[in-house]
Amino acid sequence: MGQFGGRCRAMSSEIPMPVVLGVGLSKAFGVTQALSEVNLSVQPGDVRALVGRNGAGKSTLVSVLTGMIEPDGGAIHFSGEPAPAPNARELWQRKVACVYQHPKIVPTLSCAENLFLSRNMAKRSLLSWRQMRREARAVLERWGLYVDVDMSAGILSVGERQLLEIARAMIQGSRFLILDEPTAKLNAKEVDRLFTQIRTLKSMGVGILFISHHLEEVFEIAQSVTVLRDGQKVLDRSIAGLERSDLIEAMVGKVTVGVSEAPAATIDFSISKIRLEVRNLSCNGCFRDISFQVRARECVGLAGLTGSGKEAIGESLAGLKKFDAGTIRLDQVDLPGGDAARHNRLGLGFVPQDRHREGLVLGLSVAENATMTITDKLGSFGFINPRTLESESMRLIDRLAIKTPGPGQTVSSLSGGNQQKVVLARALARDPKALVLINPTSGVDVASKAALFSSIRDVASRGAAVLVISDELEELSLCDRVLVIRSHRLTREFLPPFAEHDIVAEMEGVAV
Amino acid sequence: MSESAMHVGSNHLLKGLRLRLSAFALVPVLGLLILIGAWANEAFLLPANWLNILQQSSILALLVLAESLVLISGKFDLSLESTVGLAPMIGGWLVSAAAIGGSGLALNPYLAVVATLIVGVIIGIFNGFLIVRLKLNAFIVTLSMLILLRGVTLGLASGKTLYDLPPEFTYLGSAVWLGIPASIWICAWFFGFGWFFMRYHRYGRAIYAIGGNPEAARAAGIRVERVSFAVFIVASLLASLAGLLLSGRLGAVTAQQGSNLIFTTFAAAVIGGISLNGGKGSLAGALAGVLLLGIVTNILTLSQIASFWIDATFGAIILIAQTFARVTGGERSQE
Repeated sequence: MGQFGGRCRAMSSEIPMPVVLGVGLSKAFGVTQALSEVNLSVQPGDVRALVGRNGAGKSTLVSVLTGMIEPDGGAIHFSGEPAPAPNARELWQRKVACVYQHPKIVPTLSCAENLFLSRNMAKRSLLSWRQMRREARAVLERWGLYVDVDMSAGILSVGERQLLEIARAMIQGSRFLILDEPTAKLNAKEVDRLFTQIRTLKSMGVGILFISHHLEEVFEIAQSVTVLRDGQKVLDRSIAGLERSDLIEAMVGKVTVGVSEAPAATIDFSISKIRLEVRNLSCNGCFRDISFQVRARECVGLAGLTGSGKEAIGESLAGLKKFDAGTIRLDQVDLPGGDAARHNRLGLGFVPQDRHREGLVLGLSVAENATMTITDKLGSFGFINPRTLESESMRLIDRLAIKTPGPGQTVSSLSGGNQQKVVLARALARDPKALVLINPTSGVDVASKAALFSSIRDVASRGAAVLVISDELEELSLCDRVLVIRSHRLTREFLPPFAEHDIVAEMEGVAV
Repeated sequence: MSESAMHVGSNHLLKGLRLRLSAFALVPVLGLLILIGAWANEAFLLPANWLNILQQSSILALLVLAESLVLISGKFDLSLESTVGLAPMIGGWLVSAAAIGGSGLALNPYLAVVATLIVGVIIGIFNGFLIVRLKLNAFIVTLSMLILLRGVTLGLASGKTLYDLPPEFTYLGSAVWLGIPASIWICAWFFGFGWFFMRYHRYGRAIYAIGGNPEAARAAGIRVERVSFAVFIVASLLASLAGLLLSGRLGAVTAQQGSNLIFTTFAAAVIGGISLNGGKGSLAGALAGVLLLGIVTNILTLSQIASFWIDATFGAIILIAQTFARVTGGERSQE
């Protein structure tokens, strides 16, 4: 490693030293190889885009490059110097700065204080407020942020907070900046302002690693691109002359699915009855004017990126979120909205996005979690008959093949895949007329994934309407047709046979 | 795969065992205390002494029951101790003559009993409204209520004690049924029913689910707000009943009735394994916590140790119990 660093320094006279050079970076979590042998370099004054689908290894790479996690193998150099020791946080902060989509500022402190928060002030025992304010004002104005520096930073918009963070990073002297999906929460005007500042940074010779789901932005701001897929670097080239379709191809690769569960190519559903009917559904700030139908035995995919509004649609269907206009009908009955208990009684089963946050009560047993939606059916006068509880939960455990020592087992001790089966069991306990699932197999091992897929298909084949809300192509390939939602609106419907690339292009908003 | 399953399996067994043990963790401690008590004073094992321990514990037990419900649901209620004072004070005030600090309304004593309980319900509604509907911080709301209600109690009787309460009003707190004080029967019934309800009723289990993960409970169709609201009302109702029993036993309502009881209440609940983070703990454990404190008090009193040392002992017991729980790995740190 030292030898390697020395060689870099020797070369410095001829070629500009990359602000960051990562060689052979690898990281495994258990059996999952999150990163394998990834090389990456960013030249000064260059914007390199880092692109890949969810789970491709982008966030692991960012964590490795910022020193948050130590790689299993490989070496990192910043401007030719080897990376600091893993626990030397302060040294890392001087080498690399990272701006996330949720900026990390202290909302209760003033803008000025946030700006100088991590600067070493030990030399002077007392800080001069007047000097700090003056410097802060000068720095922030240089970055196009005209705010009262005494104002608490919590009042700033997301875009302004990002500028504050960029300014802070530059004060610390970083030559390498990572922007991790900085535009996800910004409006068009704020994106423009951010891009102006990125161009300023480039002219100063700062190297930037830019991560975004919006490929159009990549083409607008970046000069080079690295594509990750399944933890491996699959593409590394300059943007100039790159076709959009090639980029998507690199991101998506070959889709591998247990196709045995996938639907027979063309079933005509027009004769089966409409079970779930959504008409002109709108929710301010989440989604607008959504209309679609799901028929009995049909499995429909609702595809969209994070922030497209797809999760909010699922939560509205489940009654967890109120909608402002439109109707949801289930077997000709209007669902009231905003009342999860009623929606459940009326026959809507729901698998929420995050099983730890909304799916499970981790301290309770498998039996209690699986039957949480049907406690009214477990005995008389609301008292739960332990025998009914056991038989009902055993029925669900068998149906979904949940691997557990027994129904009384605490759910937190199960594997992720089996926990997810419990969440699905909870949704199926009442034999719903319609089943709505958000990312039903995220963070689940391959075997459980296959089992969950076949359970979901099984629900449809028994006559329910199934809606899979997801951005995972594997999950969408389960569906008989796919609707795409982008920027809060339903933009397109894909009927079989559909190409995965087209769905991704539609979700990302790229014209191929 | 099978190896890891085996490993997980044995882990499960251990965890299950520990869980089952934690509900009865206090049983050996109680046994030890009884041995110490018997050794320290021959009067300790006499039935009369045990009735004394149980009767003195019954008021605390009702409060611990109330607090446990609130804690399991993931919330907090400090105002219970002031409800113990205010509810019977209003009841007593309605029946008492103006000359001794009452209202002079001379209300029917039975109605005064009902009024006492209604005061509890109203306080519960108020707490529930502020904490569940307006989503104010439970600690601050109930701390303010603790101070506010105590002030009202003092003001209503101008700081005096109401004596001369009608026998109907003091009946429940002073009667003896089948040789055992009625307050013990009442408390035992409520605890028994509460334990059964929390273990086997869908709303009891809903309280555990809400305390464990309110978002998951909501997604599963549990009406989280409604249940949490009801828990506050039931807790205050139980506190007003405790106040009624206490006044009945003393034959009077003092303006300081219930003062400082909240510390002992939390102590018993925590020693009994009720988690302050919500969603965990059993009422059987909480009852064991009450008995433990009752027996310790009794032993110290019988041994003629000055009463001010009892508080110090309680504090030490909580610390020892928590340290012990951490060392044995039963309770995890605040996550």
